[in-house]
Amino acid sequence: MTYSIMAEGLVKRFGGTAALDGIDLAVRAGSVFGLLGPNGAGKTTAVRILATLLHPDGGHAAVCGHDVVTHAHQVRQLTGLTGQYASVDETLTGQENLFLIGRLTGQSRPESRARARDLLATFRLTDAGDRAVKTYSGGMRRRLDLAASLVSRPRVLYLDEPTTGLDPLSRNEMWDVVRGLTATGVTVLLTTQYLDEADQLASEIAVIDHGAVIATGTPEELKARTGALTLAVRPAEPAEVPAVLAIVAGFTRAEPEVRNTTVTVAVGDEAVMPAVVGRLEQAGVRVAELTLRGSSLDEVFLSLTGHRTEEPEGSVAA
Amino acid sequence: MTEVSTVTDSTISDYPDVGDGAGARALTPRVGPLEGLQQTFSLAWRTLVQIRHNPLEIIDFSVQPLMFVLLFTYVFGGAIGGSPHAYLMFALPGIIVQNSLFTTLNTATGLSTDLKEGFFDRLRSLPIARFAPLSGRILADIAKQAWAVGMLLGVGAIMGFRFGAGAGRPLGVLAGIGLVLVSTLAISWALVLVSMLAANPEKVQIFGFVVLFPITFTSDAFVRTASMPGWLQAWSKANPVSLISDAVRGLMVSGPAARPVVESLLYAVAFTVVFAPLAVRAFKRRV
Repeated sequence: MTYSIMAEGLVKRFGGTAALDGIDLAVRAGSVFGLLGPNGAGKTTAVRILATLLHPDGGHAAVCGHDVVTHAHQVRQLTGLTGQYASVDETLTGQENLFLIGRLTGQSRPESRARARDLLATFRLTDAGDRAVKTYSGGMRRRLDLAASLVSRPRVLYLDEPTTGLDPLSRNEMWDVVRGLTATGVTVLLTTQYLDEADQLASEIAVIDHGAVIATGTPEELKARTGALTLAVRPAEPAEVPAVLAIVAGFTRAEPEVRNTTVTVAVGDEAVMPAVVGRLEQAGVRVAELTLRGSSLDEVFLSLTGHRTEEPEGSVAA
Repeated sequence: MTEVSTVTDSTISDYPDVGDGAGARALTPRVGPLEGLQQTFSLAWRTLVQIRHNPLEIIDFSVQPLMFVLLFTYVFGGAIGGSPHAYLMFALPGIIVQNSLFTTLNTATGLSTDLKEGFFDRLRSLPIARFAPLSGRILADIAKQAWAVGMLLGVGAIMGFRFGAGAGRPLGVLAGIGLVLVSTLAISWALVLVSMLAANPEKVQIFGFVVLFPITFTSDAFVRTASMPGWLQAWSKANPVSLISDAVRGLMVSGPAARPVVESLLYAVAFTVVFAPLAVRAFKRRV
């Protein structure tokens, strides 16, 4: 098995706080790897180190075998970066932006021009290619930004929160784009705050929190561990909450939670639903509300760490 | 026009060789000097092509100097220099220097904007020379300066400005233009440093005006220093803007050139020695 990205014990401090507190990553060549975590977990810091934009304070990282600190120039020839904020020149046209990057990465004028045209077509920006980027919509900007990071045909692509701030339509478009990319053999490291997104795109996920990896695995493995779905049961009689608790505990390893009179718990798959209904009926519990929905990142965190994502620093349950 | 490409069937099936090439391409260990130069030119092209999309920028480096020449010559000229023509002969070299100095502010605000808007992240993630974003910006601004100097000389000629007589004068004129470009390039290092330390382009702009304005106006760029109070005269004589203006007058019109030229160049060396390393260090830290 070959790995495109290897990181060992990456540490980065800003002032007194550790943005990264010893992160290990191993990303298989040709895969989409999801780095999942809430705001401030250290995702962007990790990507910036791997893209040679930041020096780590400790640990090592290598891309295709090239150390990101000592062989930064080689790493830059192999990687493309699409940041959280579209990093293109707003005053230039889409075509000019891509042409410039082609020229900067050593392509001839005709090559750069052709490459820009091809990429604009690929990302459905042909008609907008001769307009200044500042007239683009948010989704168009992200697509151009992604196109810009592909001009030099990178082997490894970093996508730092590619859909944050996009409307659902543009988000779906972006997902299609990423799926299309993987078919070409590019290794993608994707950061996201959305469990859903990581689940949709990544073949392997590392969940990070407070600068440390707290879980890794395929989406299926993580879901099995944390429960991909959340079951909520509200009995009609508050007195029956303990009975409900006892019943749902039989279907999952996760710890149920009670808020007001609603019992919520993470479960592995939707087959649980009819079984729970059957047991509730047997026990004669009258149910006011019964729902099964996808777990939010917050709930995954709760089940992995025992704390919610918004909890203040220092309350880490490692 | 509105957004052209909304979702159709939203499948992008056709990816032209996005991720294949790196395998076939040999990695280079470092950026070659020629590549660095090429990248500098590409980034200079980028800065200049911005003008095409933002024609207002032309006002910045064309109309503003024109206004200075016209206003100073025809409004103040008679009062300061006896006649507009006499004043123009004195002041045009000073206005050229003043304008070039203010143009260096463009370098600083441009760099600051790139830093703030994340375009530098894109550049830094590319396998290009680390100095290219800086040298590209500076090269583009030298081109803008050369344009402004040429335009000021052209307009000046129409208004009656004449180069001094003598066989060596054409060389002197070229040397004068060269001196303006070299000196302002040296001074721009200080502004590059400011742009790396300032939080945003607006702050750079404010700093530029607060510092550049008084320095320019306390020189002999626009008026002879004889009528200034003694302490101001002392400062004005040491002011680099005065020295460069004197040197350009000596080279293009008449008067002693050697001493102000040497002193201007000493200033240029001093500015470069002090501020270039600081600016590059701050630049490396920021980028």
